[in-house]
Amino acid sequence: MSYIPKPVARHPGMLPNKIGLTLRDYEGSMSTLCAGCGHDSISAAIIQAYYELDMPPHRVAKLSGIGCSSKTPTYFLGGAHGFNSAHGRMAAIATGANAANRTINYIGVSGDGDSLSIGLGHLCHAIRRNLDIMYVLENNGVYGLTKGQFSAATDVGSKSKKGEANVMSPIDPLIVGLSLGIGFVARSFSGDKKQLVPILKAAIKYKGFALIDIISPCVTFNDHEGSTKSYRHMRKNQLPVLQSEFVAAGDQEITADYEPGTTKRVTLHDGGEVVFRKVPEDYDPSNRQKVVDYIESHTRNGEILTGLLYFDESKPDMHAVQGTVDEPLNEVPFEKLCPGSAVLKKMQSGLR
Amino acid sequence: MSQTNDFAIRFANVNGTGSASANNLILRSIFRMGIPVSGKNYFPSNIQGLPTWYEIRVSKDGYMGRADTFDVVIAMNAETYAKDVRSVRSGGWLLHDSTWPLSPALKRDDIQYLGVPLAQMCNAKFDKPRDRVLMKNIAYAGVLAALHDIDLTEVDRLLEEQYAKKPALADSNKIALRLGYDYAKKNFQCPLPVRLERMNKTGDQIIIDGNSATALGCLYAGATVAAWYPITPATSVMDSFTAYCKKFRKDPDTGKNLFCIVQAEDELAAMGMVLGASWNGARSFTSTAGPGVSLMQELLGFAYYAEIPAVLIDVQRTGPSTGMPTRTQQSDILICALASHGDTKHIVLFPSNPLECFELSVAAFDLAERFQTPVFVLSDLDIGMNDWMSPEFKWDDNYRPDRGRVMGGDEVRKLGKKFQRYSDEDSEGVTSRTLPGVDPKAAFFTRGSGHNKFGVYTEIPEEYQEVMERLTRKHKGAAGRVPKPVIRYASGNGKSKPARVGLVSLGGGDAAMNEAVDRLAAMGLACDYMRVRAYPFSPEVEAYLAEHEVNYVVEQNRDGQLRSLMLLDTEIPKSKLKTVPIYSGFPLAAFEVVDAICKLEGRDVPGPGARANANESKRLQA
Repeated sequence: MSYIPKPVARHPGMLPNKIGLTLRDYEGSMSTLCAGCGHDSISAAIIQAYYELDMPPHRVAKLSGIGCSSKTPTYFLGGAHGFNSAHGRMAAIATGANAANRTINYIGVSGDGDSLSIGLGHLCHAIRRNLDIMYVLENNGVYGLTKGQFSAATDVGSKSKKGEANVMSPIDPLIVGLSLGIGFVARSFSGDKKQLVPILKAAIKYKGFALIDIISPCVTFNDHEGSTKSYRHMRKNQLPVLQSEFVAAGDQEITADYEPGTTKRVTLHDGGEVVFRKVPEDYDPSNRQKVVDYIESHTRNGEILTGLLYFDESKPDMHAVQGTVDEPLNEVPFEKLCPGSAVLKKMQSGLR
Repeated sequence: MSQTNDFAIRFANVNGTGSASANNLILRSIFRMGIPVSGKNYFPSNIQGLPTWYEIRVSKDGYMGRADTFDVVIAMNAETYAKDVRSVRSGGWLLHDSTWPLSPALKRDDIQYLGVPLAQMCNAKFDKPRDRVLMKNIAYAGVLAALHDIDLTEVDRLLEEQYAKKPALADSNKIALRLGYDYAKKNFQCPLPVRLERMNKTGDQIIIDGNSATALGCLYAGATVAAWYPITPATSVMDSFTAYCKKFRKDPDTGKNLFCIVQAEDELAAMGMVLGASWNGARSFTSTAGPGVSLMQELLGFAYYAEIPAVLIDVQRTGPSTGMPTRTQQSDILICALASHGDTKHIVLFPSNPLECFELSVAAFDLAERFQTPVFVLSDLDIGMNDWMSPEFKWDDNYRPDRGRVMGGDEVRKLGKKFQRYSDEDSEGVTSRTLPGVDPKAAFFTRGSGHNKFGVYTEIPEEYQEVMERLTRKHKGAAGRVPKPVIRYASGNGKSKPARVGLVSLGGGDAAMNEAVDRLAAMGLACDYMRVRAYPFSPEVEAYLAEHEVNYVVEQNRDGQLRSLMLLDTEIPKSKLKTVPIYSGFPLAAFEVVDAICKLEGRDVPGPGARANANESKRLQA
């Protein structure tokens, strides 16, 4: 597919959003990933989410590491600055970028190799700092670009294409995140756009570190019988525990036909709302310990729990902790930064 | 031979006993008497209990290099007595605590022993155990005041300033000071021949360490984002930067921070943060030492290839590996100049003292943004952590940062098309960049993977090489903008005819080099001397090397790293560049240079202590 230049034609039926942009304006270049790759579905969901939120693409910065997943920022938001960094280092680079300009919306795209092996340290510390970013972990349980090695997300017993079973315990990024005090945790499936788009919207608007682990099957190296990250396995074992919707500030909530009494809602810092539907009676997305137990008990049963699983926006983000000015540091005029010659002279009188 | 205002004292202490403040008190008192002075600290990689030494060199001629020999040694550490007794020059003095008898085995008949019952006196005077330990230091400061004619009023004033908020402490310090002073006056013939006499040579000077100066430079250059990982001997760069920011970088209206300093999880992350911030248009830097530079290699190559500004302060210590973390060296020259895999070349600046740490830190940001590339400031432990007498720093209020070629939204809109990152090359090989968020048409993709001049991924040889060739032009372009070398011709700076021998050095060895040049001249060996201040080399560097029959490159590493770079980047034949490696971990001393050059020149080696003679002949010449 990748040899076809992307046509610029616009379908006359495409609806512009509130800032006059159509879905097409949120797209990027043609994907060079394998046909059927889960990552392309995620890119489509990302495009949809930013479009629905009426966000100007150039006010978004998209960063990634190295790997198949990290190639995808080229395929969405062509109007946004992109930073395809080094393997595993995206979270660190995003930290610096955010430090310099807190008014831009940051999306980080990474994979299970990038995030859970070479970049695990950076991921953990970015969570600890509560960096304001949406961190999309496109998890296929395999090293794709290097042709099929196990990753740190490969489940015990899951088989490689050659039939070898993994024996080492996987790292669950959500449990790692929750142990580090993260405030936004979601898991989804690249094949479930209906569930994914509202989660992405909430994550984009969330103030702080929003981690979304998206199981995204690798059609070439990890979609076979015996793999726990295949389309088939996901369709069979995905357990969408709760539906969430995102209602942007000022927007009308779509009141669909849900059973009453099972709805929870939380308001975001900017007035937007996350509405949880069909919440199981024993589930509380604001109770960290319960969420951990819930995820772990279902994982033990071989079920892949999906949905926006934990939400708490009360923790201060990196800038709040640092006490940084509200304006972006990269725009502070030099006159405000340099103390000048008189101060230097006075200060040096103390160095004698 | 008079040694007024020309001698060196060594203090042998135990670390963690509070000796640093007493030693600093003596240093500053001498400074306030208008006499040029410098202090060097030799400390272990340890917090409490191991030997530590402090050296004060008084030099009426203003020599700031490490002293050859010690006229007076204060032996406060029983563990190192034997070594300390040996370190006194013949005819010198050893001051020791006579509360306990000195072993007869430590007796030398060519030095004088000055026994002072420091512990006994302090135990009698002070009740608290901690005071008894701390005040011993102040008491020996008092002894030295008597022995060297240090003005007591200067010492008192310093104590009053230091303890302005705790006058009781100032008083007990003064009591301890006089304990020692009075004892010495009563028991010894004061002053010693190694004594002080007021001068007026420090009026426009300050005392500062290089790391504080570097931090000031970063503050004044307008750096707003700093990321770092703690490491000796660079930690105090960020400690100072943090302190300065808290004082001078608060928004006057809101009280909020006009800075963001992140202690990273490791040096890989620190470098990543710097790149992210610089990519976003903030002036950003990290400070580290050799082991950190090793870890930063990956992203330094990224920054080079993707053309992102970055400033890296490397306060060098002794390698390889962990090496000797509290000893100095100049052994990161190659790893910085050629950092990362693939074909990479960087801009490296070599400050030689705190003043240059200040000035070159500012220059580093300008160069980094002008050339959109990493710039290294290669300081070292000696410059960074020791007390230097320095000319007062000046600041030009007309200075404005050179932000380089950054297109704003308006300029992009004027293009009438989508912005292309690596296309509009200027005469120095630099292209325009844009910052995220300014305009929908300004976006581009930053990548470390092969890209063409439009910033688009490529595997086409011509497209890849086109960008690589421009990066070479850019690096060469930088040679015209980096600080030029400082050249001192033996025949005076009018430069009539170059001497046969050209000395070459860099960085913190400069103080000792200048002194060595004087001594060699006094011995009848006239040498020119060039101090290199930057890589890539300015054209003047090669011209200097070419005009000398032989060049001796003096550097504090084993492998002659500066020389290697010169052989790589100039047409100078190997035979004209002789390496002079002096890399013990101690700051360079003039005698080491003189001895090495004499040996290479087939002359008698004078050894340490030739100082006085050299000065004498210099005086005679004048």
